Amino acid sequence: MGTNFEWKTLICNKPLPEQATRVSVHDHPLKAMVSNVEHVPRKILGSQPSTGSSTPSTTPAAYLQPLSDALEGLDPLTQFAIQEVDPLTQMAQMQPDYKEEVVVTSKKSKPRQMTIDMEPWSSRKNMILSKFTTSERLTIVSSFLSEGEKVVLKTQSTAVDKVQHRLEQLDYFDEGSQRKLDLSQAEYVARIEMLNRELVSAWHSEQRVKALKIAIQCAKVLADSDVLRFYPSKFVLITDILDIFGHLVYERLRTKADYYTLGSKTPTALPEDFTPSMVPESAKETCRNWFYKIASIRELVPRLYVEMAILKSYSFLTSSEYSAALLRLTHMIRGIGNPLVAVYARCYLCRVGITITATEKDYLNENFYDFLDSYSQVFGRYAMEGLKIQKVTLESYLTLYTPALDFILQAVASGATESLLGELLDRCRNHKNNALLLNTIMSAFKPMHIASRALQFLDLISENTSEDFPTYILLRTLGLCVCVCPPPREHRRQVINRVWQSISDLNNSEHYISCVEVWIEFVVQHFTFREVNIIIGDIVAHLSPSRNYEQYYSQLKSIVVKIVSRMQEFEALLAMDNFLPLIDLFQQESCKVEVCKVILNACNSLQHTSDAVITNTLLFLCTTLHDSVNALTVEDERRQISELLCNVVKTVDYGRDFEQQLNFYAEARAAFSNLDTVLAQLVQCVNTLAVNTRRIVKGHHTRKTAAFVRACAAYCFITVPSITSVYTRLELYLLSGQVALFNNCLGQADACFKAALKLLPELMLDDNQKQAETFLVSYVRNFLSVLLIVPDSPDSGVLSCTRILLNTLPTIKWNSENTVLPNLYLNVLDMLSAMAQESYPYHIDKVESNDSLYGSDPKFLSEIDKMCTLVLRELLSQMKHLGPGRRQAEIALELLVKITSLSNISHNGLINLAVNLWQLCLKQGTVDPNYMTRTKDYLSEKGNSTDNNTLQQLVRKLSM
Amino acid sequence: MSVTLDIILRKPDKVYHEGESVIGTIAIFTPSDLRHDGINLSMDGSVNLQLSSKNVGIIEAFYNAVKPIPLISAFCEVSSAGRIPAGHTNIPFELPLQPRPNRSLHETYHGVFINISYSLKCDVKRSFLSKGLQKTQQFFVQYAPKPTQPLHPVSFTMSPTSVTSKSGGVPDFYIRGHLDSTSCSVLRPFTGHIILERCEMAVRSIELQLVRVETCGCAEGYAKDGTEIQNIQIGDGDVPHKIAIPIYMIFPRLFTCPTLTTPNFKIEFEVNLVIIFENDYLVTENFPITLTREL
Repeated sequence: MGTNFEWKTLICNKPLPEQATRVSVHDHPLKAMVSNVEHVPRKILGSQPSTGSSTPSTTPAAYLQPLSDALEGLDPLTQFAIQEVDPLTQMAQMQPDYKEEVVVTSKKSKPRQMTIDMEPWSSRKNMILSKFTTSERLTIVSSFLSEGEKVVLKTQSTAVDKVQHRLEQLDYFDEGSQRKLDLSQAEYVARIEMLNRELVSAWHSEQRVKALKIAIQCAKVLADSDVLRFYPSKFVLITDILDIFGHLVYERLRTKADYYTLGSKTPTALPEDFTPSMVPESAKETCRNWFYKIASIRELVPRLYVEMAILKSYSFLTSSEYSAALLRLTHMIRGIGNPLVAVYARCYLCRVGITITATEKDYLNENFYDFLDSYSQVFGRYAMEGLKIQKVTLESYLTLYTPALDFILQAVASGATESLLGELLDRCRNHKNNALLLNTIMSAFKPMHIASRALQFLDLISENTSEDFPTYILLRTLGLCVCVCPPPREHRRQVINRVWQSISDLNNSEHYISCVEVWIEFVVQHFTFREVNIIIGDIVAHLSPSRNYEQYYSQLKSIVVKIVSRMQEFEALLAMDNFLPLIDLFQQESCKVEVCKVILNACNSLQHTSDAVITNTLLFLCTTLHDSVNALTVEDERRQISELLCNVVKTVDYGRDFEQQLNFYAEARAAFSNLDTVLAQLVQCVNTLAVNTRRIVKGHHTRKTAAFVRACAAYCFITVPSITSVYTRLELYLLSGQVALFNNCLGQADACFKAALKLLPELMLDDNQKQAETFLVSYVRNFLSVLLIVPDSPDSGVLSCTRILLNTLPTIKWNSENTVLPNLYLNVLDMLSAMAQESYPYHIDKVESNDSLYGSDPKFLSEIDKMCTLVLRELLSQMKHLGPGRRQAEIALELLVKITSLSNISHNGLINLAVNLWQLCLKQGTVDPNYMTRTKDYLSEKGNSTDNNTLQQLVRKLSM
Repeated sequence: MSVTLDIILRKPDKVYHEGESVIGTIAIFTPSDLRHDGINLSMDGSVNLQLSSKNVGIIEAFYNAVKPIPLISAFCEVSSAGRIPAGHTNIPFELPLQPRPNRSLHETYHGVFINISYSLKCDVKRSFLSKGLQKTQQFFVQYAPKPTQPLHPVSFTMSPTSVTSKSGGVPDFYIRGHLDSTSCSVLRPFTGHIILERCEMAVRSIELQLVRVETCGCAEGYAKDGTEIQNIQIGDGDVPHKIAIPIYMIFPRLFTCPTLTTPNFKIEFEVNLVIIFENDYLVTENFPITLTREL
């Protein structure tokens, strides 16, 4: 291929195509979707591991993916997100805690009879287990417990050993060998677990008497409250075993009942919803035997517990047995002298009762009344002595009652009328030390009923002067009620005044904070920010002395969360003079950061603000967040913080006070220098500002606005280099250059473009070559189209920017396998040929581009032609470098098209070049022949229509 | 597999009333043909009396076990000598439950000194080389339940003044109580309540003790013995005051029967209400009760 050719750009005389008309719009076609996505509440991942429901509890219905429209309904991911609890938690709740698989499977098939709406026991269990623990030694007496190492079958070396070992084992199961073990809590739990397994395995190995004995022994454990603090947990553990036992008995009776279905001759298990008349006599006999056996248990507590455990099996005998049995057991519990043991026995009775009969309710009330009747027993001499011995405070002793009492009363209260509440209150009033009862009533009944009587409760609470049951718990419980359902409007102020008076009087900061944590929600919901401000002041005043706040970060945080989430006016919140002092209480870095995140997250709701105080507050919070970012911060955290800060930057809006706005941006830049995203946002904002300025002056800059937009350009120019990401820097340089150009700041634009060009080679240092290349191609193309309208600077030569670009391109480390560079060169040819036209296809308003600057000066044109020639040569050498192959052929054909369409082919050897390229394509044979035919057809058509002889001549030379 | 012999009664609870027929089958399973010298079925019922060593000398007690009093005896030959084919063979039977002349049937009862039991015995006699097969099957006899009789309620009080043996350390107390009836059906629980009106010392336990009183008469006189059947706790620990604590006890099957008085022996029952105080001081109130079988 000869090199004796020169490019001559074809000057097109065709009238330019009409420019697309521009219409100003308010909406971006994609905006609707985007903005919805932005509003989805996001939980911020804290530094502490968040457990449980980290999924947002509510998702706006508008959160519809475009795809899901087609799918009719929600896409599966959204559906998951909408579910209140995440699926794991749900599963965990549904699954009963039984260890044995057998039990689980049969449990599932059981119809849920529970129609009483109350918190199920299973969800309370874990709370009790975690709350009531002890470090004291526990004892357990049992003949079924092994010492642990005994269970492990040692390998016996001699026959004598073997015999001895077996004898030992025999001894060991002997009833006489009961042993008393001294255990720590963890060991104790392990032992109970072991008993549980033992029971199930005994049952399944047909040793039903042994299973019953284990159940009795378990129940016996509940008879004494030797370690008071652990009793509720012990109750939970043991009753789990009893439940399993009851279930085993019931299921066995049911499946072994030899029931003959109508017309069938083979016996089957009873259907799940059998009636006593269907039960055959033999099954009834077995069932009666169980009850006879249990009735002869000597001790009261085990007898009661075991009977309660198998209560469900009464359904084999008669259907009316339940109510009588439940009432009888209710009364028999009176015989238990230890009030704690008694109340938990009642709790278990209610628990069992609820699952077997939903219609019967009398026994529930009766249980509570029985407890009331023996209420003085709770403070009896016997109990008090026990407290002294175990060194348990009265206060913590009384809290031991709450789980059981709460459960009983909730069972009573569910579905009960309001009149029952009145009746109970009257009854409770008659008892001394009734705070425990009050607390239970408040937590059991519907908040609606409680709230309407809030004042009455406050009276009762203030009457409770004795020190036994802590007042703060009462206040807290009442607070929980009024948060759910506010008292009547006319009472609210009175309620909060009285409550706050009591809360302020609490000396113990822990008590104080736990009350405030609850009540703050009520205040925020129903009062103005003035009251909230006062209360925040109170909190600060309470916790500041002697750095009390240090222990209560989590409570303080929850207070802030409640304030922020409930506050209607976010601005008012930030403007409160006590709010920042509250934030200042968080001295620990991580806590402070989380709190700041919470607040700033809520800031999303804020539309725009120009208030100096609010802006300052926001900046302060943002700075805290920003300063928490360091080298160790994880990527996601960094992204979240950046997002929050960007939001704040977008929120602050001084309207027409552009100078102030720019100042704010400068301030923000100084404050948030560490975060790329924020800096990028700032540059975008400043560019927007500059464009808005131009819009306001309608393109005619006064001296002042001109200076301002130059300042904006300068801001961008100096901000961009501090961003780490090369991609972002490149994009922003180009954008800032465009905006500067738009605002007629030619020097600044030039500087931006040159800076971007200087940066280009850095891009290929990126690890991800592929990504960098893809980016680069579109970037350079974009750049070229901008360069078209950049007027030449009088200081540097013609087309200096383009020259720099052309010089830069070969220095980039390209992957030699790729055709990226040749393709880009083709684009350069496009751009240069456009440059040579008399009038450019597009302009910037009020900016003179090269077409009007040079007015198609021949010198300028020849300069362009020279550059084209150079590019062409470079391109050809690249092709050579590529070597023969498909890619080479493709480039050749492209080039052929460019030459024929952009250049004047009659000029100096171009026609030969074109023919050579054609031949090259043919020779390679890798290009689709159809495509070549069509290209040729196009060229001949074009030659004929424009009467271009050279072109016709060329077409004739293009053989197939 | 060896030969098995079983007597299967039709009623699962094996309870029969006088005049009824004991119906069932003799089930034989044999892996190969079984040659036998006859199959017999007998029904026996008797009262076994034993003298307590407390009332008579040990040696006498050992030897002078009173002769059992037969109540019922029936015998029938099910099959004469022959052979039973391999596999399962069921031979149904039906025996009327009729006492011997001048005797009446008593309820099945297992006590310490008196036992009343009924059984069916099946014998498969075999030639002298091989062992015979034998199977005994107990069954229970109960009176037909009578219609409900009027109750005999009893109220009682307990206080230090009512205590008969006045040893030291009697705490001050006052207890009221009520029994729904001292004449009870064995089918129904024993019920009532007690109320601790006043009690100076903490209570450790309140218990109900069911006692049988067996009297055996014989030539040398008679012996009367009270022994405990069961002890049921109704109050545990420092029970609350001024509140009715239910008395509730189910009579155990087998070990109780309606109160029985015959010329030769008597079976009676008593309930003791035992209150044990913290200092191990013990107060007992005794209630003789009459047991019946009423619906």
